[in-house]
Amino acid sequence: MDTQQELRLSDDLLAFIDIWKEKRGNLIMILHRIQQDFGYVPKKIAIELSRYIDVPLAKIYGVLTFYHYFKQEKPGRNTLAVCTGTACYLKGAQDLLHEVENLLGAGVKQTTEDGEFSVEAVRCIGCCGLSPVMTINDEVFGVLKTDELAGIISKFHSKSSGQQ
Amino acid sequence: MQKIHIKINQIPMEVEKGTSVLVAAKKAGIHIPTLCAHPDLTPWGACGLCVVKVEGMPKLPRACVTEVSEGASYITHDPELNKIRRTIVEMILSNHPNECLTCGRSGSCELQTLAANFSIREVPFESNVTEHPKDESTLSIVLDPRKCIKCGRCVLVCQQLQDVWALEFIGRGDHTEMMPAAGALLSESPCIKCGQCSAHCPVGAIYERDDTKKLLDAILDPELHVAVQIAPAVRVAIGEAFGLEPGTITTGKIYAALRRIGVDAIFDTNFSADLTIMEEGTEFVDRLTKGGVLPLITSCCPSWVDYMEKYCADMIPNFSTAKSPMMMQGALTKTYYADKKEIPKEKIFSAAIMPCTSKKFEIVRHKDMYASGQQDVDVVLTTRELARLIKQSGIDFLSLPDEGADSPIGAYTGAGTIFGATGGVMEAALRTGYFLVTGSEYEKITFEEVRGMDGIRTASIHIDGKELRVAIAHGVANVRDLLNEIRQARDEGKEPPYHFVEVMACRGGCIAGGGQPYNTTDEVRNARIAGMYADDQQSEIRCSHKNPFIEEIYKEFLETPGSGKAHELLHTHYQHRPLYTK
Repeated sequence: MDTQQELRLSDDLLAFIDIWKEKRGNLIMILHRIQQDFGYVPKKIAIELSRYIDVPLAKIYGVLTFYHYFKQEKPGRNTLAVCTGTACYLKGAQDLLHEVENLLGAGVKQTTEDGEFSVEAVRCIGCCGLSPVMTINDEVFGVLKTDELAGIISKFHSKSSGQQ
Repeated sequence: MQKIHIKINQIPMEVEKGTSVLVAAKKAGIHIPTLCAHPDLTPWGACGLCVVKVEGMPKLPRACVTEVSEGASYITHDPELNKIRRTIVEMILSNHPNECLTCGRSGSCELQTLAANFSIREVPFESNVTEHPKDESTLSIVLDPRKCIKCGRCVLVCQQLQDVWALEFIGRGDHTEMMPAAGALLSESPCIKCGQCSAHCPVGAIYERDDTKKLLDAILDPELHVAVQIAPAVRVAIGEAFGLEPGTITTGKIYAALRRIGVDAIFDTNFSADLTIMEEGTEFVDRLTKGGVLPLITSCCPSWVDYMEKYCADMIPNFSTAKSPMMMQGALTKTYYADKKEIPKEKIFSAAIMPCTSKKFEIVRHKDMYASGQQDVDVVLTTRELARLIKQSGIDFLSLPDEGADSPIGAYTGAGTIFGATGGVMEAALRTGYFLVTGSEYEKITFEEVRGMDGIRTASIHIDGKELRVAIAHGVANVRDLLNEIRQARDEGKEPPYHFVEVMACRGGCIAGGGQPYNTTDEVRNARIAGMYADDQQSEIRCSHKNPFIEEIYKEFLETPGSGKAHELLHTHYQHRPLYTK
């Protein structure tokens, strides 16, 4: 998966950085692009970037940790998000999150040890009529009961035959 | 400069355009409380305590970030503002652990003082103190994030004044923490241990590591002969802890206090400052006359050495190999002095009183710091720690008689003492350098052109018909431009712009080191510097090469400056170090 070789600024990325290097507000643009390529901003890349654009690593992490959008840890192969908007919350989103943690061993903002799932709690995703709602990647699961979770999750596991 | 006419609390006054309401009020003798604004730093209105009223304006602007405007009338204090400020203090206290009794800042804490002034007896908000482990990874400072009030002074000082970038605002809002990037501990970060964060922190979130117990344990050990040295800058600052004005020279009282605490021998780092001048001066004259790498850059400051090894290792060939005066003194204490006294060196406990937190780390920074075969300096206490030690020992500092240091490594010249001020090492070197080059004495002793508080100062001095170009920088953020100028000449194969460069990491030099008494501002810096030069002026001998004990130590022990023995004991090596070690 991520070998040492993958964790370097590619020529493509360097070309992109060169375009932004001297511009104001460049750090956010560059970090966005890095996250697009890697799925997160690896520490090794941040250090390399710091040297390349001569910006202290502290400044990079100041930006990186300020915006929730940026991830510092490699996300799981699948993103499991439980809606905790008002309607879902009232209909038992917390129970779903507890069961997810029971099943996966990973809570909110964590990734399973096998790298299969990242768990997130998100705000209203706009289908309150289906509450409580969970999404895995782009798929939506509504009117969900805790005892349905194990079956759904297993379908997304790479070892299961159902997916990919 | 355009003048602006304002009223503060109905008193009319005229101030320069661009002045903040906070500074204008100070000029009017009015103290507006702040926990984040500091005269050394750019204000950014974080704490909200300095809110004031402006006539005809519904909002309460923060005085630190509000420029005075023509015709405006400001109210800085009234019962309503007092109430608002009180609430702000209460809210800060609800996020702050109630641990004053065992806190490193108890008695000097700016938050504690405000809580006392506002008569806060209970906090009406629920306590919400987040649990975070202390960062005790460096030998110099301790970071306790639980006590952090998120004023940001440490981050600003680390980035703006020192250009080190060890600390940053990590996270957001409530969860913001002042810490190194990427989960690094301070010891794994670019931190240069200067301790300016601890000197600027309003509370006890960053403080010097307390080593007073180590010294007391050594004094208690009947087997140990305890020898203590005191640095130049300590003598003009420690008096502040006992109510004296900044800059008051208390050398004799410090010696006396240490004797009463139970120390066996008292030496003065100023002696080896004189020795540093002999070694570094000889190295300089050698490089100048034999075509060595120039400019020579001073290496007395351990934070500067740490910075250079991390941030500009390409300049290592320019660094003087001479150790800092403290390390020279330590090496001599356990060799020359031990031999003279016939005390086995392992029975000597060598302590140093320094204005500096970085010195606590310097004593183990390289294997050269064990030149005597033992650790040359066993413990370093900062000025603040010594002040506490004197108080806990029941000594009435102000009524102590002035005593002298012990022989033979205790006597110093005026050149040795000015090491504590920015430009002082340069001036001391020039006094002796002139002699080393020409063999005769310079007609005047002082070099006023290298003194002052400008971040970078340059001067051109003529010695023996040759032009000598020197530069001085203090506050690490001032060094970058100077180094780039030197690099450019080097890379283009041109004559170096300077022959000799002095750098001190802290603004003003060691007199404003990270271990000095709190509340250091430029006003205090200038007073302490004046104290250093007054000590110099009242010295009978004012050039290092004329110190009779320096002549003696070369005759009896070290042979000549730069000799094999001198190199073995008094010189060191440098290496490139990574900014982050993890």
